[in-house]
Amino acid sequence: MSSEARGEWPLWEVFVRPKAGLDHKHCGSLHAADSKMAIQLAREVYTRRQEGTSVWVVRSSDVTASDPADKDMYFDPMEDKVYRHPSFYALPESVDHM
Amino acid sequence: MYTQATDTAPAAERSALRSAEEAQLETRFEARIDAGEPIEAKDWMPEHYRKTLVRQISQHAHSEIVGMLPEGNWITRAPTLKRKAILLAKVQDEAGHGLYLYAAAETLGTSRDQMLHALHTGKAKYSSIFNYATLSWADIGVVGWLVDGAAIMNQVPLTRCSYAPYARAMVRICREESFHQRQGFDALLVMMRDGTAAQHAMVQDAVNRWWWPSLMMFGPPDAESPNSAQSSRWGIKRVSNDTLRQRFVDACVEQAKVLGVSLPDPDLTWNEIRGVHDFGAIDWAEFWRVVGGDGPCNRERLSARVKAWDDGAWVRDAALAHARKQATKEEAA
Repeated sequence: MSSEARGEWPLWEVFVRPKAGLDHKHCGSLHAADSKMAIQLAREVYTRRQEGTSVWVVRSSDVTASDPADKDMYFDPMEDKVYRHPSFYALPESVDHM
Repeated sequence: MYTQATDTAPAAERSALRSAEEAQLETRFEARIDAGEPIEAKDWMPEHYRKTLVRQISQHAHSEIVGMLPEGNWITRAPTLKRKAILLAKVQDEAGHGLYLYAAAETLGTSRDQMLHALHTGKAKYSSIFNYATLSWADIGVVGWLVDGAAIMNQVPLTRCSYAPYARAMVRICREESFHQRQGFDALLVMMRDGTAAQHAMVQDAVNRWWWPSLMMFGPPDAESPNSAQSSRWGIKRVSNDTLRQRFVDACVEQAKVLGVSLPDPDLTWNEIRGVHDFGAIDWAEFWRVVGGDGPCNRERLSARVKAWDDGAWVRDAALAHARKQATKEEAA
């Protein structure tokens, strides 16, 4: 039985933009009856000291995540592609700042 | 504030019967712990690790929530508007800390309502310190100085806990908690510096009552803490009860001098050889009595929480009914 079916408020994930120009960052979760209440509670729970200038809330049940069991298969193929980093290329010192 | 460094579970919860696959998973898990890798919610973990964390994090959350009661008691009677605003902010922080921790515990597969049910039926514990009464305004200062001071001492090592959602919650809590201790010390400093003889006596009386219960917040002595070894092994507990308690005593001795109060322990002396303070024997019989439900305010605290939950039922139901109605309307539109 889902938490809502038991009469519990659903879970929301909270994302806060710490200041203008930065990304929204996941900072935690909370229970709320609807999105309006989730936004209101996110302010009380996660920005009591002006930690944010903007808040997003997303129903936790709407988040799709990669499977931690697939971590190696999923991310390791990038491991041997060192040529994707600028440090791979050794250039003469006179032009090395490019 | 902090949950007691005591683990009230039966010592042996682990099943001897394990499949070969599970044994392999456990070996890999232990290797990750040894390498200092943080464990996340969806990662495989031994059942006993999960249970230990659910118990510890939920007890910690309950402590934050129950901890609002002794201080909330003084919000309407704070001596000035400034102190009232400070106390309100502090109590609101405790609520926030409880919520961060409940959320961290929920990542392990328990639900908020299950945890609250365990608290309300007396199955789950919270820190024994909150079963003591706040009798005067000086108690609010002393709770900030000693109780939050002990809490911070306990909590800082938890920011390095192997279970990452708990560690992240603790980082946030520790960042906010520092003001709690400082405001308490500041309130006491004002009373000791500018107060009357009666107010000085009030501070000393509060220190006398809270000192020993504060030392008990670090939990039983290491030798009598049977689950500590496993928790240390798993990186849940980073520093032992007695080590933390000693650090706390050493810090408080200096702070008490600045305040001009004495600590109620005739055996408290500097030990030149060990380079720390020796202190008197703690009354562990009292500690276990309070943990067991027979402290000065256990019944009052629990009934206040149960009443708040029961009285709020119609609000929770109404909010959910409203949300469903709005959702249905939107679908129809």
